[in-house]
Amino acid sequence: MKWISGLVLGLIVLAVLLAPVISPAGPDVSSLRHAFEGPAPGHPLGFDSAGRDILARLLYGGQNTLGGALIALLVALALGIPSGLLAGYYGGWFDAAAGWLVNLVMALPAMVVLLASRAILGSTVWVLMVVLGFLIAPSFHRLVRGIVAGVRGELYVDAARVSGLSDARIIWRHVLIVVRAPIIIQIALVAGIAIGLQAGLEFLGIGSGDTPTWGAMLNEAFKNMQRDPVLMLWPGLALGLTSGALVLLAAGLRDTLEDPGSRPRTVTPAVPTAVTPAVTPAAPTAGPGERAALLSVRDLAVAYPSGEVVHNVGLDVHAGEILGLVGESGSGKTQTAFSILGILPETGRVSRGSITVDGTEIVGLPEKRHRELRGTVVAYIPQEPMSNLDPAFTVGSQLVEPMRVKLRLGRAQAVRKALDLLSLVEIRDPRRVFDSYPHEISGGMAQRVLIAGAMSCEPKLLIADEPTTALDVRVQAEVLGLLRRLQRDNGLGVLLVTHNLGVVADLCDRVAVMREGRIVETGTARQVLHTPRDPYTRMLLDAVLPLEVT
Amino acid sequence: MTGFVVRRVAAGAALALVISMLSYTLLSIPHIDVARQLLGQGAAQELVDAKNAALGLDRPALVQYLDWLAAAVRGDFGTSWFTSENVLRAIANRLPVTLSLMAGVTLVTALLSLLLGLWAGVRRGRVDRFVQILAVTGYALPGFLVTLVMVWLFAVELGWFPAIGYIGLEESFTGWLSTVTLPILALSVGSVAGVAQQVRGSVIDVLRQDYVRTLRARGLPPRRIILRHVLRNAAAPALSVLGMQFVGLLGGAVLVEQIFGLPGIGSMTVGYTTRGDIPIIMALVMISVIGVIVINLLVDILIGWLNPKARLR
Amino acid sequence: MNALLTVEDLRVSYPGRGWRAPRTQVLRGIDLSVAPGETLGLVGESGSGKTTVGRAVLGLVPVESGTITFGGERIEHAPRRRRRELARDLQVIFQDPYTSLNPSRTVGDTLAEPLLGMPGARARVATLLERVHLPADAASRLPREFSGGQRQRVAIARALAIGPRLIVCDEPVSALDLTTQKTVLDLLREIQEQTGVSYLFVSHDLAVVRFVSDRIAVLRDGRIVEELGARGEPAHPYTRSLLLAAPVADVAEQRARRQAFMSLDLK
Repeated sequence: MKWISGLVLGLIVLAVLLAPVISPAGPDVSSLRHAFEGPAPGHPLGFDSAGRDILARLLYGGQNTLGGALIALLVALALGIPSGLLAGYYGGWFDAAAGWLVNLVMALPAMVVLLASRAILGSTVWVLMVVLGFLIAPSFHRLVRGIVAGVRGELYVDAARVSGLSDARIIWRHVLIVVRAPIIIQIALVAGIAIGLQAGLEFLGIGSGDTPTWGAMLNEAFKNMQRDPVLMLWPGLALGLTSGALVLLAAGLRDTLEDPGSRPRTVTPAVPTAVTPAVTPAAPTAGPGERAALLSVRDLAVAYPSGEVVHNVGLDVHAGEILGLVGESGSGKTQTAFSILGILPETGRVSRGSITVDGTEIVGLPEKRHRELRGTVVAYIPQEPMSNLDPAFTVGSQLVEPMRVKLRLGRAQAVRKALDLLSLVEIRDPRRVFDSYPHEISGGMAQRVLIAGAMSCEPKLLIADEPTTALDVRVQAEVLGLLRRLQRDNGLGVLLVTHNLGVVADLCDRVAVMREGRIVETGTARQVLHTPRDPYTRMLLDAVLPLEVT
Repeated sequence: MTGFVVRRVAAGAALALVISMLSYTLLSIPHIDVARQLLGQGAAQELVDAKNAALGLDRPALVQYLDWLAAAVRGDFGTSWFTSENVLRAIANRLPVTLSLMAGVTLVTALLSLLLGLWAGVRRGRVDRFVQILAVTGYALPGFLVTLVMVWLFAVELGWFPAIGYIGLEESFTGWLSTVTLPILALSVGSVAGVAQQVRGSVIDVLRQDYVRTLRARGLPPRRIILRHVLRNAAAPALSVLGMQFVGLLGGAVLVEQIFGLPGIGSMTVGYTTRGDIPIIMALVMISVIGVIVINLLVDILIGWLNPKARLR
Repeated sequence: MNALLTVEDLRVSYPGRGWRAPRTQVLRGIDLSVAPGETLGLVGESGSGKTTVGRAVLGLVPVESGTITFGGERIEHAPRRRRRELARDLQVIFQDPYTSLNPSRTVGDTLAEPLLGMPGARARVATLLERVHLPADAASRLPREFSGGQRQRVAIARALAIGPRLIVCDEPVSALDLTTQKTVLDLLREIQEQTGVSYLFVSHDLAVVRFVSDRIAVLRDGRIVEELGARGEPAHPYTRSLLLAAPVADVAEQRARRQAFMSLDLK
């Protein structure tokens, strides 16, 4: 795609540059008797309404149209990029002033300004193109400023500053490299727009008299549309092809330039350990025998297009029991939890095994049936409190909604129950929190709200994915206490995903230790923490830093 | 919220003031001898001077501007130098045409791009590719070129709509509809392409958010999650693109009105600016700038309503 | 004691959000000192200002009032030129090993950055990689090819490049897995033994801070509530609550701690 559009563009530019060679006749030679005539030898595209050679006008017109757009583009680049760099990197008063100016220019309707400037500056196309450059410069300023301000906040720029690099050097080494690709893409896009605007102006007859341009040719063709619509074809095609190729080029460039450079925040191959413990032959997981009534997982495998990430996992959670699922990042513990809830990302799927929740087999269960279980039988407490609340709705409406849908409660009843839930999770001013938006409450408060949400439809099983990891220690201790109380009072079964062995000791009855998608050890919390059987578990425990109380 | 609106209105007024000042200054750089143009090349110098004095052009530019400003804030934009028309009345006669175009385009854009963007963002796959191609094409082609092709196809070849002319809404509704349909469609192509693309992008973005997963885990039906939560969060960025497109739309209106021979603000701009008729040009510039400012204000208020976090700014 | 770094009555504030909003006080008078070869741990919850102390010492945030003395020289308002020279003695390791390395530059480039224009930079890079136990061919690879722990080793190597006297460690292990955390902390201690570098070690995790520090300062709301030795007995109730709130991997002991924390009853 990008090669084709690049080629088309290159050919157009080449043809336009070689206009005197390809069409020696010149654009202004007219012979009225040929007016509207079709192709003839030496005139492959025929003649226009004044009997001028269409090919010649097309090629010379291209010089004016493309040249004008080029001027506008250069002006815009010269203004927009340096100012964007400075504003983004240094911020402060320059940024404020530039931002204000940019808003001013962006509030100006380009076409009206260009028409007005023509009244002031006369009808020289080149001058108008400089004005057009001013008008489109803000798009570059904004783009560059935004990216640079983002990079400016990156830790590697701080690190470079601390390393003693000068600003010029930092901009050269770290900042320009990031803005390069977006600028190239933007150039292609803006060039297309500039050509369109330029041709539009010419179409309105703003150009200087008889100078051939694609816009002027279209204007002439438009006037003769009833008589000879074919006249529109060639300038229209030239214009459409050029700007189309530019936009497609931009799209192609975006795909190639932007993807490899973006940083992969998600999956990192985690092979950090120096010690490789002996491989345990068979995972001593819960055998195929007796299965727990509340949650039972057997031989579970989760696969992504890139491969299997969870293999042969088996675990059981009984009513009134907390099972800790422990492992380091990438061990597959969250994937296991998501499979039970049926909320794996789009590309992931349960490829093997059996999961029963409250007696219902959910592997292969239609989505609609599975959905009926969520909220009322099995509920979810996520890790990050802030990002798991919808920022556009109040806390209250987010609590009320599932109760109205799942439990079919009336509005007043649901509101009353939501307020009760907020008191239940030990929020002291339920009414205020009910009416707040997520950004108005603290992280600890938000986590309590999410716990209240999980409890709202009276589930039997909670899946808690690192529910306290994002919290400060003292808030963590309080939330752990809350979870314990809720679990005891309601006789809940809980699957608690965590990497923190202290949390396990605090809360869990039993533990399953996961490593690289497999369960390596299962047992009571006391047994696993105090007399671990698997060498990996032992290594995890050895890595725990001591924190004795005196 | 009130404070936010007040601040934005004040900023908008300041912007309009600065633009009026700049425009007036630029326009009064004397290069066209208006009086001589009015009276003809052969007119005696005394007559020209008298005309200049009558128009107030013999005074310093600053005084002229302050005079204009004082009248303008009272709603008096003066009379045209060339036709002696009352400027405000001339504009008021033509405004409904342009406004109905704008309203039509905004409506078509909002509906179509929401539909296409949501569809592409949620379904992905083949639907997505179709919308993507549509968007790139719509974006790539210069608006007036699309318009010309539409005129040729629907008016000249097929004869479904009149190629030119305007029938007022007060005269006949069907007549009006037949004259504005093609212009509105022509103007909508580009803006639908741009906004649909943005809706698609932000829908995909929102679908990846943690809270959407949590809503799924609460057992809410997907349709409800999409129509209530995804749509609302995705609408804000789409709205700001719609607001930005408005400026471009004004330019598009100039061309489209010219092509279809619609008696709106756009064609008026082409007609009057060429002659350096300062009262008219100033009024046209101000009306479009104020239009842009008002639209952006409305967009900001809407975004603030959709996304409470934005109200902080 | 001849301190390498002394901070006296340090105050930092940020502009408030919105127009004419009052400035937010982040640090409200911090006093601390770090001796050569010593590690001072700074511990506190989010919003306590612990990270800001480190950034102020590095000159990354403007100091409102107070003094920062480094090697006998006042540096709180050091001009940029002098700051650049100070970089030889004063270095940093950031928290997030994913954003503290430029994703589009090779590890070798990143490590050579502080050495620009010095002879033998390439050889020095190889020595640095060896010192942080990374393979020599790491120099030609991009950060994304490494795990979190390995990236943090690269960041440590960068900090060591010109042989600094003080390294500000800003939550250097909090983004890492448990086992990786331990090996990175061991590496930091090993380097201190070899080079005698001082650390200003910022973390929210009391266990981590106690593992590496000689002394610990506890921050809350921009003030130091207590300073104690690494094995010292916390006297301040706030420090006690921090200590008791952190769960330990021992069922019986954790039960006792939980009860002790509940009985503290403070907010």
